[in-house]
Amino acid sequence: MTATQDMIVPSFDDDDNSYRKLAIICSKGNLDMAYPGLILGNAALGEGVELHLFFTFWGFDMITKGRMERLKFTPVGNTAAHMPMALTPLPGMTKMATRMMQKSMDALDIPPVPEFLELIKGSGGHVWACRLSADMNHLTKDDLWDGVDGIISASDFIEMTDGAQLLFI
Amino acid sequence: MPTTTIAGRDVAVDDEGFMTQYDQWDEDMGKALAAAIGVDMTDEHWNVIRFLREDFKAQGETPTIRRVSTAGGVDTKQLFVLFPKKPAKKMAYIAGLPKPLGCV
Repeated sequence: MTATQDMIVPSFDDDDNSYRKLAIICSKGNLDMAYPGLILGNAALGEGVELHLFFTFWGFDMITKGRMERLKFTPVGNTAAHMPMALTPLPGMTKMATRMMQKSMDALDIPPVPEFLELIKGSGGHVWACRLSADMNHLTKDDLWDGVDGIISASDFIEMTDGAQLLFI
Repeated sequence: MPTTTIAGRDVAVDDEGFMTQYDQWDEDMGKALAAAIGVDMTDEHWNVIRFLREDFKAQGETPTIRRVSTAGGVDTKQLFVLFPKKPAKKMAYIAGLPKPLGCV
């Protein structure tokens, strides 16, 4: 069966040779700040864009075994939490806020961080850990999530992302 | 809204060529749509496309890559093999559905 000539066919950029590459630096370890990089990275992969995620500083918690499942969200200092700031540091508040955020993510079928990283790996994304952050925290590859491609230096990262679009989160 | 001829029949499409009427689609049309974007349909492809059709009917929206893998049971990696580069949009196109709206 062949298509007739007047058929409108969308462009999926299959013939496009301009190769697009995106690198996202994930530097935060709060649950709310873990998601932007994962969501955008996953979207990029779905659009055929090569993706490199680089985890550094507090973002290291996102790929550290025993921590990646337990990222927290705190309303402290966050005026967008829309509650009196004096209440935010009360005991139990972070736990409650975290649970609420997890629940709303779950309702939207947005996976928890470890599962999200699996999705990104399965879609062909690359996951890199920062050498300095590993040294600072006395962590080796064994302490990190199994999907981490390697622990690399800042210069390795710069070299690797030649020509890429960069996002710092 | 433009109309185009797919597999010998006039159907409604959007400006990009995605079909807009769920009931105008059949598998012959799916085959023609796949051919138009260079996808050679196998049983594995059809399994995915049939899941998309059923899920759209039940949920009212086109499933995302993640939903096809979690609810449809097809490995994400395999979706990129079957529908290279832009699996979500290609699957939707062949299944005669709108592009998925979900972010994840």
